[in-house]
Amino acid sequence: MDVTPLATLTPGQAGVISDLHGDDSLRVRLMEMGLIRGETVQVLKYAPLGDPVELDIAGYHLSIRKGDAQRILVAPTGALAS
Amino acid sequence: MRTRAAPTHAAGRKRVVALAGNPNCGKTTLFNSLTGLRQKVGNYPGVTVERKVGSLAVGGAQWDVLDLPGTYSLTARSPEEAIARDVLLGEMEDAPRPDLVVVVVDASNLNRNLYLATQVLDTGVPAIIALNMMDVAEATGAVIDVDALAARLGAVVVPMVASRRDGLDALLAALSTYDAEPGSPGRWSMADVAREQVEAVAQELRAAGQVADAACEGEAVRLLGIDGTAERIDRYGGPTLAAVVVAARATLTEAALDPMTLEAESRYRWIRDATTATTRVGQDSATSRSDSIDTILTHRVLGPLTFLGIMLLVFQAIFAWAGIPMGWIDAGVSAASDAVAGALPEGALTSLLTDGVISGVGSVVIFLPQILLLFFFIGMLEDTGYMARVAFMMDQTMRRVGLHGKAFIPLLSSFACAIPGIMATRTIESPRDRLVTTLVAPLMTCSARLPVYTLLIAAFLPGGAQAKALMMTGLYLLGVVSAIVVAFALKKTMLKSETPALILELPPYKRPNWRSVTLNMWDRARMFLQRAGTVILAVSIVLWFLSYYPSLPADQAAAFESQRQTASAASIAELDAAEAAERTRASFAGRLGRVIEPVVRPLGYDWRVGIGLLSSFAAREVFVGAMGTVYSVGDADEQSASLHGRLREATWDDGPHAGQAIYTLPTVVGLLVFYVFALQCVSTVAVIWRETNTWRWPAFAWAYMAALAYAGAWIARTVTQWIV
Repeated sequence: MDVTPLATLTPGQAGVISDLHGDDSLRVRLMEMGLIRGETVQVLKYAPLGDPVELDIAGYHLSIRKGDAQRILVAPTGALAS
Repeated sequence: MRTRAAPTHAAGRKRVVALAGNPNCGKTTLFNSLTGLRQKVGNYPGVTVERKVGSLAVGGAQWDVLDLPGTYSLTARSPEEAIARDVLLGEMEDAPRPDLVVVVVDASNLNRNLYLATQVLDTGVPAIIALNMMDVAEATGAVIDVDALAARLGAVVVPMVASRRDGLDALLAALSTYDAEPGSPGRWSMADVAREQVEAVAQELRAAGQVADAACEGEAVRLLGIDGTAERIDRYGGPTLAAVVVAARATLTEAALDPMTLEAESRYRWIRDATTATTRVGQDSATSRSDSIDTILTHRVLGPLTFLGIMLLVFQAIFAWAGIPMGWIDAGVSAASDAVAGALPEGALTSLLTDGVISGVGSVVIFLPQILLLFFFIGMLEDTGYMARVAFMMDQTMRRVGLHGKAFIPLLSSFACAIPGIMATRTIESPRDRLVTTLVAPLMTCSARLPVYTLLIAAFLPGGAQAKALMMTGLYLLGVVSAIVVAFALKKTMLKSETPALILELPPYKRPNWRSVTLNMWDRARMFLQRAGTVILAVSIVLWFLSYYPSLPADQAAAFESQRQTASAASIAELDAAEAAERTRASFAGRLGRVIEPVVRPLGYDWRVGIGLLSSFAAREVFVGAMGTVYSVGDADEQSASLHGRLREATWDDGPHAGQAIYTLPTVVGLLVFYVFALQCVSTVAVIWRETNTWRWPAFAWAYMAALAYAGAWIARTVTQWIV
């Protein structure tokens, strides 16, 4: 299945994490927050000025910047009922 | 062997229990429930992380309860995380390794919370899991088999709802019969090749003997990853250990495993297996109620509008409502001063008590209502979870300046007072960003500038109330804009650094816990009053000394006395005033004022304004009182019409402008701008020193702000002259 950066998903869309790029420190920190390969992550909304993005990961809400979301690759699973 | 026995510590020694947990897991609520008002807030040695300790008596044993900073992981990046890790590993100076750790876990967000919990268990320290927020988890329909989870984790698990004090007794019971021997480490699930490499590093660690035996495997995993800095490896085992780590990393990479993410992936795999086997996930989302609130509060349009409304409310409270209790304090201070003056004979001691101690400390204590209100609002916004939304909405704007969304709140707090604002920068992870925020926070218009602005604007600005309000707003804006410009400049030059990543949890909204909010207010108020009782008291006494001594020469004093003998009742008051003015002129402060007059002359100030400026380097609001003394108006406060009058009538003593008015419109505008910029606050300088642990940064902040103030005042005066 095609993978796409997390930042390209629109609110409501979800995907399964396939890879995380970027520097080690950021990657490890994101993974510690639960953004692990194989987990499903959903984009909930973008902030009023378009950045950062609010995610649902493992049942809680996490906000990261779009630039960092660009480095997380996901296989889209379509929209999830929230 | 796992034994359940009473702890075997020598009688009399206080045992230490540390509370660990993720942010927003209810750890602080639990800490407050356990310790009540028996808390002490201090700092860890050498760093500015708050150290909260409380005491607890249970089953005849005395415990110190240590509230560790909330962290998501033991992999340390921020000072907070480093403290949590160092305490748990027993590497903290002045703090023995805790006898027991209570890991607070949010049951409604189990997997992520168990990440830290399993890390703590793997350090080998005896631990109890407080499975908090069971009500939230159950409301979603989740079912957790607590016994099965406890068996998996190898630790006692106590289900509880800390906000309702449910399960507190069970936790206390567990505390008095804790298991001194934790299960063996290794709560991770990894390939055999990785396991072998971890074991190899752990063996080398054990041989080096710097890390407690039981913690070696947990540390070994982290040393393979991002925590394996040269400095740490050197501290734990030197070159032999370094060689083993390098070899292990190479082997892992060869096996297509990433040493950096080894811990995170294998730990989460273990946790997922453990929770899948022991819990049934609820059908309802734990965040659904919160989500519907957020459809408004972080809405594209309504979100920022609501935020603006809340800010206006906070400002209204700080500037209007706080005025009422401030009036009471003011009246109380005057009454105390009058009582002392009435009870004691006139003389140096009475003057020291009334003009020095009471009015000096009183002029600061008057801000207590504002500080209490500000921390009430901050506590509420933080406790409900709204603060995280503010950072979410403001991040983009703050980033344009080069700062983090989390820098917004410290800067907002600085509108009341830079001291709590600077203390609030501790939530910013990157040291450079924290420093930039600290250095620009004093530019935000704090409440101590208000009395000065009010006095000068009311006395000298032409036009009606609207023009005056506009000027006031302009001064506030000038502060904000200059803070933005300076922050931007610092980030581009001296403190050049990338804007740190934003990794921000947006916790579900919850009802504020009044107990936590009140306790927090109480803590801040106590800190503030302590400062008023020490630094400000000392400065007030020094200032009093400088303006009281030396006394007037005997012949001059005698001349005033003889005039008084023959004067009418009305002119006695005038004579007293004239003598006081003469006294100020002759005092050390007066002489100092005359020495610096050449420096302030280009700005249009005479030596009297110079004294006002000098004395208000202790605290800005001192300016009003100092002007009162210099222009010898008995009881000066900023509303006093007679002080307005005296200032308007003030003229140059000598020089080319002799006889002309000092306070011309351009000079006053310049003076206002001076107060916008200058760092005239001993307490702020002291707090910057304490937060940065060096004199360099407070000196830098003072110097750059003094330069801005001088240049700004000169430019403002020149431009106004040109316009008028």
